[in-house]
Amino acid sequence: MVTVSPSQHSVASGSGAASPSLDRHGLSDSQLIDMYRTMLRIRRFEERVKELFLEARLYGSVHLYIGEEGVATGACSALREGDVISSTHRGHGHCIAMGLDLAPMMAELMGKATGYNHGKGGSMHIASLDHGMLGANGIVGAGIPISTGAALGFWVTGRPNVALCFFGDGAANEGAFHEGINFAAGLKLPVVFICENNGYAQFQSVQQDTPIPDIATRSISYGIPGVIVEGSDILAMFGAVRTAVDRARAGEGPTLIEAKTYRFEGHFLGDPEPYRTREEVAHARATRDPLKVFSAQLQQLGVATTDDLARIDRQVRDEVERSVEFGEASPEPSEDILLTDIYTGADSHGRTL
Amino acid sequence: MAVLSVSQALNMALREEMGRDDRVFMIGEDIKDSTYGVTRGLWDEFGPKRVIGTPISEIAIAGAVLGAASVGLRPVAEFMYMTFMMCAMDQVVNQAAKSKYMFGGKAVLPIVYRTMAGAGRANAAQHTQSLEAWFAHVPGLKIVMPSTAYDAKGLLKTSIRDDNPVIFIENKVQYATTKDEVPDTDYTVPFGVASVRRTGKDVTIIGLQRMVEIALEAADHLAEEGIEAEVIDPRTIVPLDLDTIIKSVKKTHRVVIVHEAHERVGFGAELVAQIVQHAFDYLDAPPARVANPNVPTPFNRILENLSIPSAAQVAQAVRGLMR
Repeated sequence: MVTVSPSQHSVASGSGAASPSLDRHGLSDSQLIDMYRTMLRIRRFEERVKELFLEARLYGSVHLYIGEEGVATGACSALREGDVISSTHRGHGHCIAMGLDLAPMMAELMGKATGYNHGKGGSMHIASLDHGMLGANGIVGAGIPISTGAALGFWVTGRPNVALCFFGDGAANEGAFHEGINFAAGLKLPVVFICENNGYAQFQSVQQDTPIPDIATRSISYGIPGVIVEGSDILAMFGAVRTAVDRARAGEGPTLIEAKTYRFEGHFLGDPEPYRTREEVAHARATRDPLKVFSAQLQQLGVATTDDLARIDRQVRDEVERSVEFGEASPEPSEDILLTDIYTGADSHGRTL
Repeated sequence: MAVLSVSQALNMALREEMGRDDRVFMIGEDIKDSTYGVTRGLWDEFGPKRVIGTPISEIAIAGAVLGAASVGLRPVAEFMYMTFMMCAMDQVVNQAAKSKYMFGGKAVLPIVYRTMAGAGRANAAQHTQSLEAWFAHVPGLKIVMPSTAYDAKGLLKTSIRDDNPVIFIENKVQYATTKDEVPDTDYTVPFGVASVRRTGKDVTIIGLQRMVEIALEAADHLAEEGIEAEVIDPRTIVPLDLDTIIKSVKKTHRVVIVHEAHERVGFGAELVAQIVQHAFDYLDAPPARVANPNVPTPFNRILENLSIPSAAQVAQAVRGLMR
């Protein structure tokens, strides 16, 4: 973890996964095991989604989170009841990290009536306000002003909650990034901005897009702390986000955290990936796989054995398989709902009911 | 009962709603000192957490109210000019308007986007547009266009109490010059109920916002010629009170639509389509439109006035239908 201070005009990049931390930040064994289970739920869910897509058993635009599980899991583990997040088009991991159930998620990806959004949103728009999940989002950077607004709501009412805002390296070049963070910083709103820098904005590398090595450096412009974390190290991720969340909750304002991460799959399912080499992907899978890193950490800390972790994997695979069965057995939405849910308390023309 | 200007009536509505419901707060640029007087005095009364001045950041304003509504508040955003909303279209159109549907109905988003449209004060092309048709095209938004001080208060209160994103359009010229009796009581004006501002049997004139005043002026001229015009003010265009419009056209058999927005694909085009669809057999002449002639608003006063519909133009359009 590297902290960016306003006196620095350039910062070193993250520590990398070569030396993952062994600081458990006071987390109990069961909390650590739960975090491992959450990461694994994301990984196995996404792997199954990929298979189903390739077998044409689900359709639409699907963006997988494989390789980035440590970021969402580490970050959301630092939240409390009543806290909220905003997400991105690559949102399945954020949903699972916020505790959404796999079965209605899978059903939503299949467009079924039992999905979280009754099949009206699909992969890019899963939301569950009951879980504090304010929505995946098909527009890059759009969640930044929205989570800032949730934090504004907490600030206006004095509710002791925090908003976490996930966005990618591409979003850091949107106007919404500047307007949202600047506004949040000015009022010291309780929001933590987490840039998931996975190296590519769709097909273009972050080096081509962004003329500075670290997006966290932009925190200097807003007078807020900037932090760089290796995203495959979930313990480092948790520590950085908990510090930022505690700071936000105490009324000290936002932090910009840049998680250096890597997406193992293409931008979307079906992406031919002409912009990177197979060797680059293989190297990342070998050295920066958050599941392998956390597995080693748990064993070194004496929290779990390989047998324990294998047992969790079997349970998770069963859960994912049940979600597929649930989704496939679920009915299509009734055609009657085409024109419902456009307005609250009004028909599709906006006429009061 | 006091005679108030539109800006005073809006101020009264905001004060009453903020006092009635502490979930209501206001956010926007320069709303503490209030460029046009609508929010004057509210910062002093309700403080900096209920009347929140922002940087010049329309995207942040538009998105922040969506986020705040998502956690249970009832925000009222101000965009100083409707053209400035173009900077924030993603948050209004892609986010606020669609979230409820995309989320399968679960989101309840009570948001008011107040803004100001209209030409007539030498602000040239970038501070004058009337873009109600852009927003009316988008499912999920309601579009409110009051033409009197009484309606401005009652409709703003209805907008704040509505559980949906509402585009509440105010007219720049009307703020100070349009005055009528406004009760200091807690009344509301419902959405989707048009107002018949003048009854007549020979022609129906439908006006949007300030153009209602132009239509009434034209109707006075026409009355001197023995033509009795019925003037209808839809008050909200989403939802639209089509019943009142169709009933009137079936009676008068002629219709002229007046709005400040550009004629091409303006809301008048939608009204013509609806009228032709629902009252074709009753029409004695093709529906006519009087609108901005598809030109950016010019700065020069003479040219600017030429770009805004006038009572003379409306009367001439009516005469054209009477032959």
